[in-house]
Amino acid sequence: MRHRFVATLNSVCALLLAMAPAKADGGTVPEAERTAFQAFFFAKFPKVAKEDFGNGPYAVNEGMRKQWQEIMQFPPYELALDEGHAEWDKPFANGKHYADCFDNKGEGIRQTYPRFIAATGQVETLEGAINRCRVENGEPPLEPMTGTMASLAAVMSQSSRGKPFAITIPDDPRALAAYERGKEFFYSRKGQLGVSCASCHMSPAGERMRGDILAPALGILAGMPIYRSDWGSMGTSIRRISTCSSQTRALPLKADDEEYRNLEYFMSYMSNGIPIVGPGTRP
Amino acid sequence: MIRALFLAGGIALLSLPAVAATQAEAEAALAAAQAAETEAVAAKAAWTPTEAALTAAQKALAAGNWDEAKAAADEALALAKLSVEQANEEKTSWRNAVFR
Repeated sequence: MRHRFVATLNSVCALLLAMAPAKADGGTVPEAERTAFQAFFFAKFPKVAKEDFGNGPYAVNEGMRKQWQEIMQFPPYELALDEGHAEWDKPFANGKHYADCFDNKGEGIRQTYPRFIAATGQVETLEGAINRCRVENGEPPLEPMTGTMASLAAVMSQSSRGKPFAITIPDDPRALAAYERGKEFFYSRKGQLGVSCASCHMSPAGERMRGDILAPALGILAGMPIYRSDWGSMGTSIRRISTCSSQTRALPLKADDEEYRNLEYFMSYMSNGIPIVGPGTRP
Repeated sequence: MIRALFLAGGIALLSLPAVAATQAEAEAALAAAQAAETEAVAAKAAWTPTEAALTAAQKALAAGNWDEAKAAADEALALAKLSVEQANEEKTSWRNAVFR
């Protein structure tokens, strides 16, 4: 009787283990990590609504928020939206459109990027998908950090406003590996200054670093692409990440480098549930 | 008097510049720095000040300023080595920073 009980218990345990979520190489479960990551920010900023985290420094600093509200009377990304809509509607030489490359004709899908693509075994960003669309239709790829690319990303982000980040990690060890590599980048100290993404955007979020208010990592990509006053132009997520690299005195990687794509995958996954607010503006 | 002469001689010796670098030494230093930086770039660990020091070394070499070229190349070499060292350390130590 006792042996049968133990055997049954063993079978139940084996079944439960088999049903357990997949673990990445680091022995972690992404969803548990996301919960802990978000709980940290909700505890750190108890007065900030979950929906507001996409607004970065404006969500956590009252003075900056007032300035931003005034700036938003004439949003500096409006010209980019005009250019983006014109480009989006313009047919390629083969008569097809950007809309033909995307689910739901590209409407309201920005929150699902970056995506893990099984065919390539790699992460694809929104800008990567736009360029793939162009190349598959016989057009040259766009410069991925600014210009027309940022304008197109602005159009796609605008159609997703209010939709929460919904990044998935498919049941594929390569997807989990990409997530882990992105996490490794986020927490690794880089550059001559020896700082990581986390060094600025976790515990010190909301604090001043010289003239800037450090944005919380939670939702930091929900406002992309952005018009940044410091640039005097629009920039995509990867332009901002590349600028961060320079600010740490690290030599930026290529814009479409796998490390950057994995980082964006990890950061976006951590922000699942935070609504898209892009295009945005930053100092 | 003799004491004063020795003192003056000592001061004169100290104020002399270090032994001047030759062109061959400057070129060798630059080659070593470039090799180290190539390793850092391949490891995606390179730093911008290393690139700046390399550029300064190349400019000084082109201008025939061997001392300056060697000094900048030596600085670039040290920075490149540090950047690779940082990347190697972070291969494991990043896990200590993960928020749980």
